[in-house]
Amino acid sequence: MTAHMKMDSPDERNRLDHMAQGSVGAPLDRPEGKLKVSGRATYANEDHPEGTLHGVLVRAPVGAGKVRDVGRADVMALEGVRAVITDPRLLRNPAQGTADAAPIQGCDEIAYLGQPVALVVAESFEQARHGAQALRLTIDGGAAAIDPEADDAEIERPEKKQSSQGDLDSAMSQAAYTVDQTYHTAPNSSAAMEPHASVARWDGDMLELRGSYQMLNYNINELADSLGIDAEQIHLLSPYVGGGFGSKLGIAPEAVAAAIAAKELGVPVSVAMTRQQVFEATMRRSETRQRVRLAADAEGKLTGIGHEARVSQLPGESFSEPVTQATPFLYAGAHRVIGHEIARVNRTCAGSVRAPGEAVGLAVLEVAMDELSEAAGIDPVELRLRNIPERDPTKDIPFSSHVLAQALTEGAERFGWSERSKRPGTVREGEWMIGMGMASAVRSNIMQEAAARVTLQPGGRAVVETDMTDIGTGTYAVLTQIASEMLGLPMDRVETRLGDSAFPRGSGSGGSWGAGSNGTSVFLACEELRRQIAGRIGCDEAEMTLKDGTVTAGNVRRDLSELLDTPLSAVGQGEPGDTYKSHRQATYGSYFAEVAVNSVTGETRVRRMLGVFGAGRILNPKTARSQCIGGMTFGIGIALTEEIVHDMRDGHVVNRDLAEYHLPVNADVPQIDVMLLDERDPYSNPLQAKGIGELGICGAAGAIGNAIYNACGVRVRSFPMTLDTILEGLGD
Amino acid sequence: MDTTLKINGEERVLQADPRTSLLDALRHHLGLTGSKKGCDHGQCGACTVIVNGRRINSCLTLACMHDGDEITTVEGLGTPEALSPMQQAFVTHDGYQCGYCTPGQICSATAMLEEVAQGWPSHASADLSGGMELTDAEISERMSGNLCRCAAYPNIVDAIRDAAGKGER
Repeated sequence: MTAHMKMDSPDERNRLDHMAQGSVGAPLDRPEGKLKVSGRATYANEDHPEGTLHGVLVRAPVGAGKVRDVGRADVMALEGVRAVITDPRLLRNPAQGTADAAPIQGCDEIAYLGQPVALVVAESFEQARHGAQALRLTIDGGAAAIDPEADDAEIERPEKKQSSQGDLDSAMSQAAYTVDQTYHTAPNSSAAMEPHASVARWDGDMLELRGSYQMLNYNINELADSLGIDAEQIHLLSPYVGGGFGSKLGIAPEAVAAAIAAKELGVPVSVAMTRQQVFEATMRRSETRQRVRLAADAEGKLTGIGHEARVSQLPGESFSEPVTQATPFLYAGAHRVIGHEIARVNRTCAGSVRAPGEAVGLAVLEVAMDELSEAAGIDPVELRLRNIPERDPTKDIPFSSHVLAQALTEGAERFGWSERSKRPGTVREGEWMIGMGMASAVRSNIMQEAAARVTLQPGGRAVVETDMTDIGTGTYAVLTQIASEMLGLPMDRVETRLGDSAFPRGSGSGGSWGAGSNGTSVFLACEELRRQIAGRIGCDEAEMTLKDGTVTAGNVRRDLSELLDTPLSAVGQGEPGDTYKSHRQATYGSYFAEVAVNSVTGETRVRRMLGVFGAGRILNPKTARSQCIGGMTFGIGIALTEEIVHDMRDGHVVNRDLAEYHLPVNADVPQIDVMLLDERDPYSNPLQAKGIGELGICGAAGAIGNAIYNACGVRVRSFPMTLDTILEGLGD
Repeated sequence: MDTTLKINGEERVLQADPRTSLLDALRHHLGLTGSKKGCDHGQCGACTVIVNGRRINSCLTLACMHDGDEITTVEGLGTPEALSPMQQAFVTHDGYQCGYCTPGQICSATAMLEEVAQGWPSHASADLSGGMELTDAEISERMSGNLCRCAAYPNIVDAIRDAAGKGER
C-alpha cells in the first residue's frame, strides 16, 4: 500500500513529539558508524568483480580545439592495454544537479582544458595509467576564452535572473548612510575526499554500475540518456559516498566511460578519476564579482539593497552560481535591484558546490553589512536586528518560521560579543592583532518529491528502503530514527538500506532537502503501518502507543511481533505543495568569529567560532552539529585559503591537487561551537524539520572577513583573504 | 614479482607489477579496501597505514619495497564487532561524516599517540625534549596530515582525547 501526501497545508500535529520511543531528537551514533571506522563500508571503487579491467581517462591539454587523432595504434601495442575508447557518448562535463538528462557529449570538440577525450583500458591499473600517459593527441587548437572580465568576454544577462523594485538610485541618493562596493570571490572546489569512481558490469543488456553519486533518482536517467538505453536497463549502486558537496550531483564522465568500455570489452571495467581530474573535469564553484549597494536611514534601517553579480560558465550550460539567492528576502528595504551576468569561458564546468549562491553571495552581503554598521556607527548585531522584515519583502508573503533575531541575540550572548572592541586594530597580543566579527546565516528550504518503503518483519524488525544516499549527511541515522520513533522499535531493530536504484525513488542528497523530503516519506510509510497495526488490535491509531516493540492501547498490551505473521509493507510518498508558495521557507542562523591577524606576516588564525542555527526540528543533534561544523569549516576555507587558480593563457587549473588547493586542515580549525535552536516549522513537512546541510556555510566566510577588519582595520574585499591581501592594507 | 607482507598479523604473498603502490596492493590485490585513495600523492592522508609501528602514506611507497614488513591497516585495528578504543571513540564523538578519510584518520591517530608516548615533539610542543601534554593544539598539529573535507576536525580531536584517556575538556 502507498501513503501519499502533498504539502498543501501546514502540519501542526507535531506527531513526532507525541511518540514514545525517544529516538528522534536524540544525539544518537550513526548506525553505519562501526562499518566506517573499521574499513568495512564499501565505497564506489571497492567491489571489483572477478576479471575487472582498469580504465584511466585522458585529458585535453588545451582549452579549445578539435581532436584529429589519438594515436591509438601505439598505445594498443603496449603490454596489457585492451582498448582506447573514443566515443561520441563520452561526456564533455558532468550533468548538473537534477538535470535528469545527459549533459553535452562528445570527445572531439574541446571546450576546456582537462576535458576527458579518451579512456585507456588495460588489465592492470598501472598499465592503464601508462597507456593514458603515452597517448599522443593530435589537436587543431582553437581560441579559448579564459577571462570572464575580458573586454571582449561574451556576456549573457538572462532576463529572468534580473529584478528591480522601487528606485534604488534615489534611495541611495537620499540615504543617511550608504555602501557601494565591489567584491570578488574565488572559484572553489568541492574536493570531496573520495575521487569520482565507477565500476560498470553488463549482463546482456542490463548494466550494473557502482558509483559515487548523490542523486540516484536523477543519475539513472542521466546515465540512460547518455548511453542511449532505457533506465530500466540500469541498476545503480551508491551505498556509501565519500563526500559530495555538489560534485557528485550529476552523472560524470567516468561513469559513462566505464559503461561504454565494459560493454565494448564484455568484462567489468573500473574507472577512477585522479585527484587532478576531479579538479579539472568535475565541477567548480564559479568565481564571482559582486557589486553591493546598501542605503540606510539615520536609524540604520535599510531603504535599498542592490546586489549585482557576474559569474562564469562553459558555453552550453544553463546553471550559473545563484549568488543573490538570499538577497530578495533576508533584509527589509523597499528599493531593490538584483542583477546577474554570465561570462562564457573555456574553464572547468561551473556547478553546484555546497550551498550554491549563499556560500559566497551571503558572505559578501554580510561584509557589506559590516561596512554599513561601521559607516552608521551601529553595532553589527543591532544593525541586523533592525532590518529583519516582517514578511518576505519581495514576494509579500509570510515567513513559515523565522529565528534570525533569536540566533543573533543568543549568539551574541553566548560568544561574549559585548567584549568586542568597537575600534578596529586596538586589541593586541604581541605581534597578533585580535578581532571579532559576525554575520547572519540564511538558506532557502526546499522539499522534493521522495518515496521510501518501510517493511515490518514478523520478528518485529523494520527495514527502510529508498534509493536516497548518505554522503556523510546522516541519512542512515535520521531515517532509522524516524522509523524507530514511529514504529516504537529500538534503533538496533531498524535497518536502513540506501543507495540502490532498485528501491523506491528518494529525493537524492542535495540542496539540503534530503532529511526533510526522505524523512517525510519514511514518516508517511510508518503512519500507514501504524494504521495497519491499529486495525489488527481494533483501536484508533492515534490512541495507540508503540514503544520497545510493544503495542499499548487502552488496556490492551501486545508484543508487536505477535501481530505479524507475514511482512507488512508500506510505501510513503511525499511531494511539495501549496505551502511552498504561500510561505517563504528558510533556515536562519548567526556566526560569531574571533581571529588573530599577524602584524608581521598577515596570517589569519581563527581562534574561536560559534554558529547558532534554527532549522526546524533537529532530528539528530549529533549529526546536525557535525554538518554545521563542516559548513563553517568550508566557510573558513572560503575566507582564508581556498582558491582555484586558472592560468590566464589556457585556463588550466594551476593548483589541481590537495597540496596546492588549500583545504582547512585540523590545525586551521578551532573547537567550533554550535548551538541548535529548538524550532518547529509546520509549513516545511510533517516532521516540522528543515534542511541543515548547507546552512552552516551560508555567510560564514563573511563573519571571518569582518573579524579580520575588527582585528587590524584592513577591509579586504576579495575572498580568500590571503596574507598578501591583508599585508597590502597594513602598509608599513 | 613476489613480495611477502605481514598484514594485520597474517603473512600474505603479493604478486604484482613492481609499479604497484602499497595502497593499490592493499585495495586491489589483497582485498583490503579499508585504506582509501584520496589523492595518490601523499597530500590527504586517507591511505595512512602503520608499517613497522610508524604511520605512513601507503600511496607514496611501492609494495615491493616492503618485503618482510609488518603492516597494520584499519581492518587490523578492530572489527565492527570488536572495535579498537580509537575506532569506538570516533563513533561516539561523530569523528567522521562520509567516512572516507576515517580509516586514515584512525590509523594516523593510533600511531600518533605512540609517537607522543615516545616523546617525539611537534611544531606545537613547547619543549623539544619530550614530555609534552596532549593538548588540543598538539592533537590538531599532529593530525593535520589527514584531511577531512566533511571537517569533523573538532570531533576528531575529541575522539582522540577520549581514546587517550584525557577525559572531558
